[in-house]
Amino acid sequence: MQKRYMVIWFRHLTTDWLTLRKPELKDVPFAFVAPERNRIIITAANPIAEAQGIYRGMAAADAKAITTNLQVVDHLPGKEAKLLKQLGLWCIRYTPIVAVDLPDSLILDISGCAHLWKDERGYLKEIVNKLRSSGYNARAAIADTIGAAWAISHYGKITPIVGSGEQAQALLNLPPIALRLEDAVLQKQQKLGFATIKSFMQIPRTVLRRRFGDGFLLRLAQALGVEDEHLVPLIPPIPNTERLPCLEPVRTAKAIEIAITKLLESLCVRLQSEGKGIRKATLKCYRIDGKMVHAKISTNRGSHSVSHLFKLFELQINKIEPALGIELFLMEATKVEDIDPLQEKLWADKPGLQDTALAELLDKLAGKIGAKAIYRYLPSENYWPERAIKQTSSLTDVPTTKWRNDRPRPLRLLQHPEPVEVMALLPDYPPKVFTYKGKRHIVEKADGPERIEREWWQDKGVHRDYYAIEDAEGQRYWLFRSGHYDAAPQWYLHGFFA
Amino acid sequence: MADNKRELINSLQKNILQWEGYKPPSLSERKLFGLNTIEANFPNGIFPIRAVHELVCDNTEQATASSGFISGLLSVLMQNSGACLWISLSGNMYPVALRSFEVEPDRIIFIQLKKDKDVLWAMEEALKCAGLTAVVGELSEVDFKQSRRLQLAVEQSGVTGFILRNRSNKMGSTACAARWHVKPLASEAIDGLPGLGFPRWQVELLRVRNGKPGNWVVEWSDTGFTPILKEQLEHQIQKVG
Repeated sequence: MQKRYMVIWFRHLTTDWLTLRKPELKDVPFAFVAPERNRIIITAANPIAEAQGIYRGMAAADAKAITTNLQVVDHLPGKEAKLLKQLGLWCIRYTPIVAVDLPDSLILDISGCAHLWKDERGYLKEIVNKLRSSGYNARAAIADTIGAAWAISHYGKITPIVGSGEQAQALLNLPPIALRLEDAVLQKQQKLGFATIKSFMQIPRTVLRRRFGDGFLLRLAQALGVEDEHLVPLIPPIPNTERLPCLEPVRTAKAIEIAITKLLESLCVRLQSEGKGIRKATLKCYRIDGKMVHAKISTNRGSHSVSHLFKLFELQINKIEPALGIELFLMEATKVEDIDPLQEKLWADKPGLQDTALAELLDKLAGKIGAKAIYRYLPSENYWPERAIKQTSSLTDVPTTKWRNDRPRPLRLLQHPEPVEVMALLPDYPPKVFTYKGKRHIVEKADGPERIEREWWQDKGVHRDYYAIEDAEGQRYWLFRSGHYDAAPQWYLHGFFA
Repeated sequence: MADNKRELINSLQKNILQWEGYKPPSLSERKLFGLNTIEANFPNGIFPIRAVHELVCDNTEQATASSGFISGLLSVLMQNSGACLWISLSGNMYPVALRSFEVEPDRIIFIQLKKDKDVLWAMEEALKCAGLTAVVGELSEVDFKQSRRLQLAVEQSGVTGFILRNRSNKMGSTACAARWHVKPLASEAIDGLPGLGFPRWQVELLRVRNGKPGNWVVEWSDTGFTPILKEQLEHQIQKVG
């Protein structure tokens, strides 16, 4: 497919911006100034000042002599880049690939985008009108190459749209400066009397190279489409992205639902044919007030099922604030993975943790309550009870060691052991009576002690002597004495046996 | 004549069960828990798998005993590599101990939540998922409407649900298939040795839909559930005395 590019030139980028910020400057000539080699130089002038003969690069003193009521503002370094970035991000609604061309242009790769506005003329008109109504004096041009579009947008006089393959014709009558050449080359050409591009178009390349160098030939070739020119997009395009512009801004939940379904349908069909599934996806909604709201989902296993992914987004629809309306939906699959096609089930057996329905259920739960609240336990090779287990959030992790059950362990373990009052017949005996939460328990049976030493390489402290205890009512507890019995040890209740 | 009437009544009772949504499990689906005496009290003499069971308890000790009883049931339910979801408010289950109830602890997915409402939502979603074998939900309050929703979800998917109600204030009627009360009992020394024996519980079936309530003593030993008969109990008491 033939590439098409659009270049938008902001003639008075910084001055337009300041006029928007300070409306009182609208009818006054003003200019940005910056010191350069001990002189104050004009860096940008607004249209009124320009009409009075003030141009960029002029000394500020001279300018003030021409226009007595000239207002002077200090130049803001880096402001152009910031403004262009903002404008570029706004332009994303028209095409995914937008690049900034300092100091005052934006380059848009519009291949395959213009038909949504009937044709390129309508597309260009839409963008330029929107920019102009928001206060920026913009000129734009569309051509097959970036060089040609740039030249026409800056110096073109006839039509902003250059048909496919007609860029050479369109460039003929433009001055050489339209080719984005260096100053030294331009001066040489002026000396030689090359006033338009057509005056050197027919000259053999070897001659041109000798006179003007390789850079010049490259620019010419780029403008004619012989050489490729690469853009550095403002937002690197994500390969699995679907866009849905709306004719009218939408603001109802139902409309958002429809948009999500449509986007997912087209995205999932593509992913399915590639044998991939979504792990993470983001829905970005561009609103007409220039803000962007987004909703994110993630799944446990790659999925390309529209109904499942829709359910995950459905939980988040109420978090999407449409305000005045959403005009563009963008669905990005930020993480995809290969999925193995499931083998047909021969027996209707329960497949356990690897079941698709289970993975989908957990995605749904995680969407509402957060993925942190869902976990599994795996055994860990530690004797210290708290560290004998480790949490995992993955469904595919398998235990690396065996679960130990050679020692009695309580079914419920308190996260923090609770201190209890204890009476024992002899210091190293199991307790005879203990008081927990104000209730006295008379011990009937006891097992123990089981001494568990601290892992000295992990933390310091004393060992624990654990006793399994049954009271007169048949309730079973796991108590421990912290440290040796000769130094008035503290007793704790750590767990409950079934 | 009397036999005819009894047959008629039996078949009518079966019909009523089906209309209420309680499908009798087919023989292939039937699981044997080793709780013969208890299972006999359920309709058709089969422990209902496609149902929600409610276990009430007054304190943490009883909640632990109930968890042990559920774990014992899970060991049978999860035999063919099934997965289980354990939704709780406390989050103090210690998976190492599940191994002694013949359950693979890594096949249980734990979810910790803060509110009853969230537990009910998560539980309902989970009970709809046919990929699971069982769902355990720890909460305090559940009303009839909420339990009815859970029961309807179960009828579609065939998952077994357990509600563990700790310290609940109201004990109204629910749509659950059975209401249990499990209390810890003093264990019996193994071979007369000192120390703790196998966990032993007083299992009370407070309510059964279309079944008979009852009261039993059950022990979890090396071979699984072991109902302790009354004669054995008396014998043991005499020995001690």
